[in-house]
Amino acid sequence: MVALAPAPLTPASLDELAAAVRSAPRVIAVGAGTKPRLAAVGADVVRVSTVRLSGIVDYEPSEFTFTALAGTPLREIVAALGEKGQYLPFDPPLAGAGATLGGTVAAGLSGPGRFRFGGLRDFILGVRFVDGEGRLLRLGGRVVKNAAGFDVPKFFVGSAGRFGVLGEITFKVFPRPAVRRTLCLPVAETKAMTAMFAAAGAARWELDALEADPAAPAVWLRLGGPAAALDALAGEIFARWPGRTVPDDEAAAHWTAISEFDWAPAGGTLAKFALSPGQVPAFVAALAAAPGAKGWIGAGGNVGYAAGPAGAALPAWGGAGVTLRGNGPLWLGPPPRVEVMRAVKAAMDPVNRFPGLDETGA
Amino acid sequence: METTAVPDRTATLRRLMALLPPGRVLDGAAQLAAYGSDGLTAFEARPLAVVVPETQDEAIAAVRFCHAEKLPFVARGSGTSLSGGSTPCAQGIVITLNRLNRILRLDPAERVAVVEPGVINLAVTAAAQPYGLHYAPDPSSQSVCTIGGNVAFNAGGAHCLKYGMTSNHVLGVKAVLATGEVVTWGGPSRENIGPDWTGLFVGNEGLFGIALEVTLQLLPRAEVFHTVLAGYRTLEEAGDAVAAVVASGLLPGAIEIMDALALEAASAAVHAEYPPGCAAVLIVELEGPREVVAADRLRLDAILAASQPVEVRPARDAAERLAIWKGRKSAFSAVGRLSPDFIVQDGVVPRRRLGEALRKISAWSKEMNVRCANVFHAGDGNLHPLILYDGREAGALERAEALAGRILRLCVEMGGSITGEHGVGLEKRDYLPDMFSPEEVACLKRLRAAFDPFEIANPGKMFPGPGAPALTQHGLHPLEKAGVIARE
Ligand SMILES: Cc1cc2nc3c(=O)[nH]c(=O)nc-3n(C[C@H](O)[C@H](O)[C@H](O)COP(=O)(O)OP(=O)(O)OC[C@H]3O[C@@H](n4cnc5c(N)ncnc54)[C@H](O)[C@@H]3O)c2cc1C
Repeated sequence: MVALAPAPLTPASLDELAAAVRSAPRVIAVGAGTKPRLAAVGADVVRVSTVRLSGIVDYEPSEFTFTALAGTPLREIVAALGEKGQYLPFDPPLAGAGATLGGTVAAGLSGPGRFRFGGLRDFILGVRFVDGEGRLLRLGGRVVKNAAGFDVPKFFVGSAGRFGVLGEITFKVFPRPAVRRTLCLPVAETKAMTAMFAAAGAARWELDALEADPAAPAVWLRLGGPAAALDALAGEIFARWPGRTVPDDEAAAHWTAISEFDWAPAGGTLAKFALSPGQVPAFVAALAAAPGAKGWIGAGGNVGYAAGPAGAALPAWGGAGVTLRGNGPLWLGPPPRVEVMRAVKAAMDPVNRFPGLDETGA
Repeated sequence: METTAVPDRTATLRRLMALLPPGRVLDGAAQLAAYGSDGLTAFEARPLAVVVPETQDEAIAAVRFCHAEKLPFVARGSGTSLSGGSTPCAQGIVITLNRLNRILRLDPAERVAVVEPGVINLAVTAAAQPYGLHYAPDPSSQSVCTIGGNVAFNAGGAHCLKYGMTSNHVLGVKAVLATGEVVTWGGPSRENIGPDWTGLFVGNEGLFGIALEVTLQLLPRAEVFHTVLAGYRTLEEAGDAVAAVVASGLLPGAIEIMDALALEAASAAVHAEYPPGCAAVLIVELEGPREVVAADRLRLDAILAASQPVEVRPARDAAERLAIWKGRKSAFSAVGRLSPDFIVQDGVVPRRRLGEALRKISAWSKEMNVRCANVFHAGDGNLHPLILYDGREAGALERAEALAGRILRLCVEMGGSITGEHGVGLEKRDYLPDMFSPEEVACLKRLRAAFDPFEIANPGKMFPGPGAPALTQHGLHPLEKAGVIARE
């Protein structure tokens, strides 16, 4: 008999969130469940859902900042920013699937736009969170620049709910480029792809996104900026490498499909790996060798995603990764574990209310 | 106390010297004096000794020794901290990292550099330049300050609005923690798996341990710049122009303002010429591919023309651009020359409240009879009020500090921060509780204890507490007096 997990708690305010954390000896936060592997821990751990902790608390376009409750769907944030001509430049993924702001932080996920100005970690400014003893704390700041105190907001990025429950988060935003243009450049093999990453990344064009489909294989570039400038930049790129300008509709559909991981087999496993561009050929080879596996390369060769059908093993790739969906270990590759990690965990969660980094049960 | 402490110290020193190759431990009075204070010569203390490691292993050995002996240590780069961050601890040791100054790897294809902590900020850009790359964070002290100091303080510069601070450019660190444990976090990838330990380490103000190796991301250098200087009759008009630029959807690389006193000083010091009759000057810089800048500058020109400037002066060539920046970057040292002593603050306010903050600062400055010049990163609301006083005048320092305190509290009340880039250090440690509740400060302290249970790494900084070294005076850094660096 499998023990049924109790229904999640659904606090509707930050005070209720703190009370919910205090109400059970073992707790983990869950958002919309778009990256379920992160919270797949033992059934004894009570789920605290952020579904009712939703809404933008403060948005000042003139400040380039907004603050929203952790359960706010990305979709809502993207729309509100868009109305004022602004955006989160790192294109937070899975917005269409309903992903929440807090879940995106806990998963540490950034999309194609992270190439230009950096990832989620580069835009998070402040957090209100509940620590292991049920205290509601605010660290970081609410303005675009702040150097007071340790940078706990950054630490929460990718921390998978192991150190606290995020309640409210402040982000920096940027004005959205007026126009975007997507270019698709076919390449003969992986070596040509990595050579293109190096050359395009160092060029004067200031690309908005630089990604690759390793199976095609093809490199996808995106330019952003004033319309008058983009024709010339695209022309210069085509003079160097043959390819095509992707029509706007097709480009929008393409980037949505990438952000939603539509290319990954439904119901299967999906994992993210941190890469250095030099590791891309080996990563692509590992993908090709795994039956049924598919992949995508992002951020100019700094991130790789791998997916496989349910039950199939992910490519045997030794590097550091995290499983977002499906079965298999949460942390992939050798997770470096040092003594201070235990000490930091004890500092934020002395009663071990949240699962440990290596408590990845299920 | 003194009588028992003295023999102990001698014995401690002997053990330390035995641990390291000859010449690594300095304890002569003259040698120690050079390390007695930092950026503002504001605080002074005499360390027990200075350790000058030449290898990472020697730095690790020194920290492990401190841990075993529960001996306080302060890591030091170039000692340019403006908040007393690298002021030594009396009876503790200073571990100075200037000789760990090798660029270990520079990979133009991956656009990363791996450097030791004593590498000078500008040296990274110099090494990257042949590949068309640069290291973005550009504190005004960049020709002398070290990457280790930048990492510890999460240093900023004039381009933070668009490019962020040091932590946005640090991909990985190897460090020896105050416990003696050696950790390696992050690496050449711009992406990270698991909690962002590197992000937590950057900005620790020397309280976690010593950075031994830092992986930095490099960016392609912008192809062209378009730099404009606009003069206004009032500070408020300059502030309104900033609001208009920001609202337009442009993303300039830098937006800076200088007020009348700063202009006066800069004209005197570097013969910068500003439009006559201006109470404030705005500097806006666009950068990027030439086609993008060409399109954006048309919009910028239109916005500035509509902002009722006295005059708008676009830089017509590289030399004019450099002249604009020279005036801007020299402004503080120039103001410093108007007065024997000064205090510089770096609080942050929400951008839309800049005008209100400046009005209040100006009113208080009159009311308290303390002169105050303003040069600031308007794009990110980061104020740099320079509070002038004469330390020989009775009560002058107290009045200056009272004004500084009012400004810091104003920043917090407005929802901003007590520090945008200079760090809390020794100088602002009493204001940390203005920004964070007792429970939040306790959380920060628990984190510190996780890295440093004995509180031996840079004790007395960031957190309020007793035991501040003697406050002497605030004046120009010796290097500023020599005209080598200027502050922002
Ligand atoms: C004229 C002038 C202009 C300035 N302009 C700016 C500016 O524009 N923007 C800005 O942000 N700052 C500015 N500063 C402040 C200062 O330059 C920065 O804080 C800089 O990062 C300090 O570097 P440093 O090498 O001098 O470090 P130090 O002053 O020697 O040390 C600073 C702190 O870092 C710690 N530390 C040093 N090395 C290490 C290491 N390897 N590991 C761990 N901890 C370490 C020290 O313990 C100390 O707490 C300016 C200072 C001056 C004097």
